[in-house]
Amino acid sequence: MRIALFLTCVNDLLYPDTGKAVVRLLERLGHEVDFPESQTCCGQMHANSGYRAEAVPLVRGFVDTFDRYDAVVAPSGSCVAMVRESYPRLVPAAAGVATRTYELSELLVDVLGVTDVGAVFPHRVTYHPTCHGLRMLRLGDKPLRLLRAVEGLDLVPLPGAEECCGFGGTFAMKNADVSTAMLADKCTAICDTGAEVIAAADNSCLAHIGGGLSRRGAPVRVMHYAEILGGES
Amino acid sequence: MTLPHGTGHLAGSRPFPAAAHVELGKPQLRANLHKATHTIRNKRARVVEELPDWEQLRLAGSAIKANVMARLPELLVEFEAAATAAGAVVHWARDAAEACEVVTRLVRETGTDEVVKVKSMATQEIELNQALERAGISATETDLAELIVQLADDEPSHILVPAIHYNRSQIRDIFTERMGDAPAGLTDEPRVLAEAARLHLRRKFLSSKVAISGANFAIAETGTLVVLESEGNGRMCLTLPETLISVVGVEKLLPSFSDLEVFLQLLPRSSTGERMNPYTSTWTGVTAGDGPQNVHIVLVDNGRSATLADEVGRQALHCIRCSACLNVCPVYERVGGHAYQSVYPGPIGAILSPQMTGIEANKTLPFASTLCGACYDVCPVRINIPEVLVHLRQAAVDSRRDKPSAERTAMKAMAWVMGDRRRYARALRAARRGTVPLERVLRRRTVRHLPWPMSAWTASRDAPLPAPESFRDWWRRTR
Repeated sequence: MRIALFLTCVNDLLYPDTGKAVVRLLERLGHEVDFPESQTCCGQMHANSGYRAEAVPLVRGFVDTFDRYDAVVAPSGSCVAMVRESYPRLVPAAAGVATRTYELSELLVDVLGVTDVGAVFPHRVTYHPTCHGLRMLRLGDKPLRLLRAVEGLDLVPLPGAEECCGFGGTFAMKNADVSTAMLADKCTAICDTGAEVIAAADNSCLAHIGGGLSRRGAPVRVMHYAEILGGES
Repeated sequence: MTLPHGTGHLAGSRPFPAAAHVELGKPQLRANLHKATHTIRNKRARVVEELPDWEQLRLAGSAIKANVMARLPELLVEFEAAATAAGAVVHWARDAAEACEVVTRLVRETGTDEVVKVKSMATQEIELNQALERAGISATETDLAELIVQLADDEPSHILVPAIHYNRSQIRDIFTERMGDAPAGLTDEPRVLAEAARLHLRRKFLSSKVAISGANFAIAETGTLVVLESEGNGRMCLTLPETLISVVGVEKLLPSFSDLEVFLQLLPRSSTGERMNPYTSTWTGVTAGDGPQNVHIVLVDNGRSATLADEVGRQALHCIRCSACLNVCPVYERVGGHAYQSVYPGPIGAILSPQMTGIEANKTLPFASTLCGACYDVCPVRINIPEVLVHLRQAAVDSRRDKPSAERTAMKAMAWVMGDRRRYARALRAARRGTVPLERVLRRRTVRHLPWPMSAWTASRDAPLPAPESFRDWWRRTR
């Protein structure tokens, strides 16, 4: 299967290792991965902040870039939710590609039928199911099934996992105090698990959580779960 | 045609972030809210899980409400005719001031200066107690939590549990200081506090000639009003006085009595986490020799027609005031109801208040959410709150199109950069080049202080710096 990687702008600039891990993982599973270089940003920040007119050209750009692929995969629950849930309302021509755009765990579990990707990661890990993956894409336990199959990985439950970390895109800036209060509770819950690694399906949420953990000097590493599944062997 | 907006207690003077900042500085409030919201949230989850047809009930509730909104004018006329035929007098009020005028006049006509009240969001919305007080009429809230808030000279902070921001020792202090007939040596035992309130209220029930209520539902077919409550105080108010005045938002209509079958399942499980509501009172006009002999119904618009005119936003009118969305909202849980500065707090308030008042009076509320979606999941009538929030953010931004804004400039600039792969690739490299010196000095890939506007982030969170090589540069180099 020829799969296009929609990396997302946040990952391109700040977290290229997540993209490299997705490529490594899919190639290891025997698939061809393409990275069309005309991709930029999905426009979620614009659309969710009240700048629909500014988001529409980005939606069109996404359709032009990805419409020719059988499947598009993105290591971001939030950006995939934007494409699948909001694109068809913004640009009707996006309806087709929207249904063929998958978050990584959806592609692996639902489309490719894989749960054991042959990864090894001998660490204690806890998982934060980010809001859009949980409540818009309904990823359910797909990422957890993938992580449970990783050799050596000790998956510990995160109390209050379904609660938002307080990121919310521009919310983190516009309502910084409330965002910080939410983050404090999330960081405490993570630290209390005793995990070495907090994993999630969204690097933007992880940037928020990681920023909070790093500020309090907590010895917990943040990692996109793709980097666990597609780690260098 | 521009429809008139709502007035009354629907907006405050401070932006949400400023009001939230004040509330966040109250540790006791945070602790109370955390405990209370989590208790109700878990209770709700348990009783919802046990119903195999919960999703079908939600769909039915949503469909019935959508039908009501599509036929609201004819249903209102039908309701008026049925209620009038049953002996009630129906009054119409465009806004809060008009509704208060009608109620004040009706109370005055009875010659009394004392009324008892059933907990009602509509009367709080129109600020009826304050209007009555100005007219020399004292109104006593008879719901326990509303009584606590009234005695404390405070404002409710939750739709269903208005005193959620107090714990029991704070309530003991309020009773001791403010309730004239509170027994000496009051403890903070819930049973003792409830008994003190019960005795205090019993005297009011027996002496009041007029009661004022709202209504959870109004049945168009029969002209019936329905009130759900848990303490029996409502039943006392609805049956003992000679005159009963009910203030009802026009969106409360249901087409027929049988529609209650759906809502009497949805509402108790969503609001209090109970399988069945303890006291459900229905009344249809006047029944000779039984209950109030003068029955008035004041139908209030107060911005509801303006809300109904918005295709995306009108679903907010489906709300049955269960407050399940408040109890799961991570923002509400941290700041409580007062930060919203409207009688309708939490996620539903963030979409209802700005529509009723018009976006100008409530510009910051649509942004008081991370769009986490927990509210939509629990809403018994499936109001897509995140969708309406985004829609109202658009309205807020559009309302300021003619004013200069740093945010809009930044958003436009980013959209311009993102709109072209070459500009985008150059921007990625520029971001990297610009932060290399910083990274060399810091010797790590996170930064603790950034200038405005990023300082809002780094005040409490470290920020990541761009990677040494963007993914696309890596892809080009290696493929």
